[in-house]
Amino acid sequence: MRPNLERIAPLLFGLLGLGLWQGAVWWLDVPLYVLPGPIAIVAAYASDYGVLNAALLSTLTVTVVALMVSAVLGVALALAMAASNLARAAIQPWAVILQVTPVVAIAPLIIIWVNQPFMALVVCATIVAFFPVLSNTAAGLSATPPELLDLFHLNGATRWQTLILLRLPASLPYFLAGLRISGTLALVGAVVAEFVAGSGGFASGLAYRILEAGYRLEIPRMFAALVLLALAGMAIYGALGLFSRLMLRRRDAA
Amino acid sequence: MIVVEGVSKTFPNGTVALDHISANIQQGEFLALLGPSGCGKSTLLRLLAGLETPSGGQIKWLSRGVGDVGFVFQDATLMPWMSASENVFLPLRLRGKSRAETKEAVLAALTLVGLAEFADAKPAALSGGMKMRVSIARALVGEPKLLLMDEPFAALDEFTRFKLQADLHEVWRRTGTTIVFVTHSIYEAAYLATRVLVMSPRPGRIAGNVYSPVAEGPERRTAADYTAFVKDLSEILREVMSP
Repeated sequence: MRPNLERIAPLLFGLLGLGLWQGAVWWLDVPLYVLPGPIAIVAAYASDYGVLNAALLSTLTVTVVALMVSAVLGVALALAMAASNLARAAIQPWAVILQVTPVVAIAPLIIIWVNQPFMALVVCATIVAFFPVLSNTAAGLSATPPELLDLFHLNGATRWQTLILLRLPASLPYFLAGLRISGTLALVGAVVAEFVAGSGGFASGLAYRILEAGYRLEIPRMFAALVLLALAGMAIYGALGLFSRLMLRRRDAA
Repeated sequence: MIVVEGVSKTFPNGTVALDHISANIQQGEFLALLGPSGCGKSTLLRLLAGLETPSGGQIKWLSRGVGDVGFVFQDATLMPWMSASENVFLPLRLRGKSRAETKEAVLAALTLVGLAEFADAKPAALSGGMKMRVSIARALVGEPKLLLMDEPFAALDEFTRFKLQADLHEVWRRTGTTIVFVTHSIYEAAYLATRVLVMSPRPGRIAGNVYSPVAEGPERRTAADYTAFVKDLSEILREVMSP
């Protein structure tokens, strides 16, 4: 009884919030262009779901491609950093600089340099997303149990054997934790890049729909796009969590 | 088999772990290094393995090749993503052997520690004592000339420890492997070893070299000569520890 109640508690709480929100909008007679109620938002989605779903798909495509590029790039750089101290010294400051520079500030430049719009968005989202994979994988690669390294050394293991049989598999949980953070960051990066590019007028993602709805004062439609974004973020986070659990269970289960 | 000549070890931070240690290790003996924490017994073990180099003196082997040393750590340190048999196969795999040609050796090592029927189990499905057995099988699989063990049973509960000590002693009797076993337990040293080197702390020196008077047999742990040996070792340690 109790565990079930706990499972549906967030849902009940959400419904209560939505009810209060709708009630307040009706009671206070708030105009639609200031704050639409949940019913108006659902109605806006229902009347325009074709365009909004296409926009969601476009944003998700950018997000997923950026996440995959981030995973490959992050692991590759982490391996380079683990392989040589020189590479570590060379790469680390630049990775940090890319991480701390707000993507909003460099997105316009990237959109000018990369003249293929989809690629430009992917580059922006990747810049935002790759750092957690890089830093987590690098941490995982250097957190290999010293006893196992001794064991490999005693048996005359080559660097390659140590990497493939020990360091890489041992860093898997770290990589997966980094990937989960990168997943939500990739979505944020994609949306930010779309905002910048959207005013240039060649994108079709959710951010562009939000801008467009804002210009036209179609506030319920704007909220509908926002809700889709939030749901997409939660779905990505949940899916990567599930992926991570499945991978680790498959790896360690008897 | 191995001669340790005036070996010292000073760490970069200035700590003198070992100060002019001389000892020899004889073929087929079960040697216990007994001493309090900080006496450098683990350092001596790592020097014997070649995992550290001495700051002074030298360690002479009769002959030494890759795979001549098996090492058992304080924790089982198995690969959680590999089954028991894959974990045992690992040292041979690193030396370039194929799975097919070593299948029997791997099974024999697992049988030796009594885990033949758990060959396909992953570590997550094994108890602490069983993991340590796999770890011992992994160290024994290449038939090393020397088996080094660094307080392997310290993290186990008393009952599991008793059982593993008895089984390890039996493994030693059956294989004739030379074993150097680091411990801080007088009872463990007295029960297992044929010879005990007692070490003093900071800097590590050899304070006593005692051959075991305990006769082989199932009554080993309760025999009168065992109790006498424990008393002898305790007396040496008391002198070592007194300021």
